[in-house]
Amino acid sequence: MRLAVVGAGAVGASVVELAGEYDHEIVALADSSSAAVDDSGLDAASVLDRKRDSGRVGDADPADALEADYDVLVEATPTTLGDAEPGFSHLRRALERDRHVVLANKGPVAERYGEVRSLEADSRGSVLFEATVGGAIPVLSTIDDLNGQVTAARGILNGTANFILSRMAAEGLGYEHVLAEAQDLGVAEADPTFDVEGTDAALKCVILANVLYDDSYALEDADVEGIADLPGSALELAAEDGRTVRLIGEVADGAVRVGPRLVPETDPLSVSGTQNIVQLETSHAGRLNISGRGAGGPETASAVLADVGRLPPLE
Amino acid sequence: MSETDARSYTVRLELVDEPGELLRALEPIADNGGNLLSIFHERGNLTPRGRIPVEVDLEATPGKFDDIVEALREAGVNVIQAGAERYSEELTVVIVGHLVETDLSDTLQRFQECGGASVADLSLSAPAGTGDVSSARLRLVASEGRSERALSTLRGVAAEKDLRVIEPLTEGSA
Repeated sequence: MRLAVVGAGAVGASVVELAGEYDHEIVALADSSSAAVDDSGLDAASVLDRKRDSGRVGDADPADALEADYDVLVEATPTTLGDAEPGFSHLRRALERDRHVVLANKGPVAERYGEVRSLEADSRGSVLFEATVGGAIPVLSTIDDLNGQVTAARGILNGTANFILSRMAAEGLGYEHVLAEAQDLGVAEADPTFDVEGTDAALKCVILANVLYDDSYALEDADVEGIADLPGSALELAAEDGRTVRLIGEVADGAVRVGPRLVPETDPLSVSGTQNIVQLETSHAGRLNISGRGAGGPETASAVLADVGRLPPLE
Repeated sequence: MSETDARSYTVRLELVDEPGELLRALEPIADNGGNLLSIFHERGNLTPRGRIPVEVDLEATPGKFDDIVEALREAGVNVIQAGAERYSEELTVVIVGHLVETDLSDTLQRFQECGGASVADLSLSAPAGTGDVSSARLRLVASEGRSERALSTLRGVAAEKDLRVIEPLTEGSA
């Protein structure tokens, strides 16, 4: 397939770098201010070198990438809340041109799922978004393979929050201390709000709800509580009783809920560090646990490229 | 489980140490269709009121069990505790906030009054003193099927007092 990648952050850059291994070609790459377009295929190393050295990927306008001769648009711009722009417009343009879209950006399917599905219905292109939930973990494709047999999903979908909670529990350290440590390690961003207030996990759960119930949930439909300023004493009391606290997202009985929960220390959900895990309840096969890396450039890119491989050929 | 299925129950009674008391306590059980499984007569032990505790395990349908408890009370037998102990649900929650300043005993009392649950155990941790944010771990025993109601009561009381509740993950919970 011929890919146009919009967004040249960790995920977009990794898609460009790894596409060749999957026998795909990159014909366009755009960041927020520039683009490189070449119908005969871009050289991954040189375009990424240029981005690193000059901050620009090429001399073209970002809009040119959207008009390039591609089969699949990989949308990897940062997730935005509310109208999910500019990701949503990028997706719409690709579908209007009857091209496929693979999302790493959660916005369009978390905030405007109904519109995405109706644009897709009018297009010869399809939309896949495995990378938006649980990074490298094949969550959505597993749900799809189970053919409507998944009745509920829960899990740990934010590595930053999980890192903070597991460090607090393991070292008996306070929230502020561990947050600062996570920021030093690059596990938490300078502004950690999105992760520690539960927003990121909630967006992923909203996407799961949209897929499980084929409905249009958005962030405001989720009941969200974060882990910010949780005292160490709460984790100590939990530990005395063989339990720990984890930021759990749940989709069940039509409701979406994210919040800190007590989990037995020996439970499969008690993953440590930045690991993510998703637990699926199925009608005939009980419970499935899938865990792995929920974030990171190459990890998320592997989910993007797996989606590209699932797409049908465009007539 | 249907209403007609027999279940095991444990009834804890207080008896005065007089001849015939035990028989008087057991009759209402048999008369109301209960099947006695075991009787543990703790003669060496006294309740705070100086009586002898007796633990009776029996089998009955839920409807008949209610009749038994009522008949025991009518017969003047003091029933300390009656319930489907084996079927009760235990849950652990951690609450966080200004627990002491917002009157922890009031929180617990209101919770017990309307939640259909009792607090079996409480651990409080207030490392920065009682004037600061503290945490408490509660072990709750709710009767069967009442866990959700108990949690929802707890949520209500907590919201009013600006406390955070860290709930357990329960099977099939939303």
